[in-house]
Amino acid sequence: MAKRPILGLFEDANYAAEAGDALQQADVSQDDYDFLTDAPYPEGAFGEREERHHLYWFPFVGALVGLTAGILMTSMTQLAYPLVQGGKPILSLPPMAVITYESTMLSAIIFTIIGIIFESRLPRPKMGLYDTRITEGYIGVLVNVEEEQLPKVSALLTQAGAVDVVQENPEPVTA
Amino acid sequence: MQEGRVLPAREINRDLLRSILTTPNWYWVTVAIMAIIVLGAMSAAGMMINKGMGLTGLNRPVMWGFFIVNFVFWIGISHAGVMLSAILRLSKAEWRRPATRAAEVLTVFSLMTAVMMPLIHTGRPWRLVYWVYTLPFVPYDFARGIWPNVRSPLVWDPSAIFTYLTSSILFVMVALIPDMAVLRDRTTGIRHQAYALMAMGWQGTPRQWKLQIIAGILLSALILPVFVSVHSIVSWDFGMAVSVKSWHSTIFAPYLVVGAVHSGVSAVVFVMILLRWIYGWENYIRHEHIDALGRLLIVVATGWFYFFVMEVIFGFYGREADEIAVRNFQFTQPPWNLWFIFFTGLTYFLPVSLWLFKWTRRNLWIMSIACISVNIGMWLERFLIIVPGLAQKQMFTFDWYTYAPSAVEITIIGGTFAMVTLLMLLFSKVLPLIPLYDIKEGDILKTEIKIGRATVPATFRED
Repeated sequence: MAKRPILGLFEDANYAAEAGDALQQADVSQDDYDFLTDAPYPEGAFGEREERHHLYWFPFVGALVGLTAGILMTSMTQLAYPLVQGGKPILSLPPMAVITYESTMLSAIIFTIIGIIFESRLPRPKMGLYDTRITEGYIGVLVNVEEEQLPKVSALLTQAGAVDVVQENPEPVTA
Repeated sequence: MQEGRVLPAREINRDLLRSILTTPNWYWVTVAIMAIIVLGAMSAAGMMINKGMGLTGLNRPVMWGFFIVNFVFWIGISHAGVMLSAILRLSKAEWRRPATRAAEVLTVFSLMTAVMMPLIHTGRPWRLVYWVYTLPFVPYDFARGIWPNVRSPLVWDPSAIFTYLTSSILFVMVALIPDMAVLRDRTTGIRHQAYALMAMGWQGTPRQWKLQIIAGILLSALILPVFVSVHSIVSWDFGMAVSVKSWHSTIFAPYLVVGAVHSGVSAVVFVMILLRWIYGWENYIRHEHIDALGRLLIVVATGWFYFFVMEVIFGFYGREADEIAVRNFQFTQPPWNLWFIFFTGLTYFLPVSLWLFKWTRRNLWIMSIACISVNIGMWLERFLIIVPGLAQKQMFTFDWYTYAPSAVEITIIGGTFAMVTLLMLLFSKVLPLIPLYDIKEGDILKTEIKIGRATVPATFRED
């Protein structure tokens, strides 16, 4: 059976963290609930597990791609029109280094941006259950559970101090 | 450094989105005035392109005038944004929060303006394609298979500026995603759809926030070397010109980089004061922030002054005839010597003497005057580097020439200032100029601690 979402809204970070503890005690897997906030809280503020990511690989790969592109572009263009100037070598390294440096950095930055978006699991075509009060400072605890567990989780969230528990999207939000 | 009170998220949204969700009467009037000035400048540029470069004051040997001076000036302003934002992010300076976005946006718009200057200066801007060497493997001249000369600084320059502009735009856009989500939740209709599209389904999960914070630091670390390279390469546009001896100083690159930071940070301070005034953001852009930036500016200005003095001393120490001739021009011949006095006074002595006192750093009028003074001075500095050097580059005195700008050039230069103002105003109507989530994060981490009998404001900080 497909899981269904339920969202508890909390005014206080402590209550949201307690809701997280209560969900764990109720054997809800950490994969099945998440905390939604309008600002970054210190890592572990809600007792959530450490998020693993591979973002640091992206700039390295990007830099390698940019370095290769820069070397190829500068060397091939100079070899394509081999005009000797002042007895200097056709493949002049200092100017090649300047352009290669820029292409390396540009590619590293573009790959980093791609990495940030990819690792943030964006773009999300469908928002799913969400409440606009989250961007007004409320902390959302979004839980995905089997349909028969919904009343139990709703009670659990309310007990933990949720000011509101929503199951259907009150205002349709386009992703 | 903790003078403000903790504000609820709803109040932060209301205050910082006011510029987007409401439109005061002055807004469209100012936009219209700026647009008219920009149109005037575009007409002047069009006329110059149609009639030819004879409409400018450029003449042999001074073939680089106001356009190139203005190009270097706007490149300099663009250095504030990323430098300020990146260094303060990397050092986790708490007072960075209200300053970063405006600085980054100013970077983007001043870079865009700077890029236009050499294009107008060419007189034939449609030949832009000659510079677009970055199009992979598109030859310079299709018939003969000629490629742009990668050995020329005039090819390095567009490559550096393209890198910096692309990076800065991406840097701003990534940091805007969470704020787009706030706007998505506060708007309706087509605006809601546009913001929702740009927010890409942002929810604000711990994973997304973690990556957003890492992104800020990682991109700062990656953009900082680019920022240094851009003005270094701009300085090489001059330094690599064999015929102009006074541009051959070995410290030209760092001298121009520090000068760029000096003018750029001053411009950011002035923009912040303006934003505080026009949008009533007293709770966000506080006196403590302007004070801290004032203290930073003393260090930057003094660093710049050190390079400036060294550049002059090295010029004399070498005793090269061409160098001495240019210095003679700058120091003894009117009106150049008067401009030189104005330039040093406006760039260093006046503003630094104003920044030395806490009460002056916290007086927004005085800070505005000091920051405008720096930028007039820095504009003059670029003028005094470029024109006297070119005016005396020829061997024979009958080839010496003093440049005077034409009305067309002055109109175009005036238009660039209006253009940056216009773009900033239009941005402020669409996206927040102060990052909402950054302010909210600052408030989450803010607390008070008791030390003895004193209660001290403090901020928690994650490693």
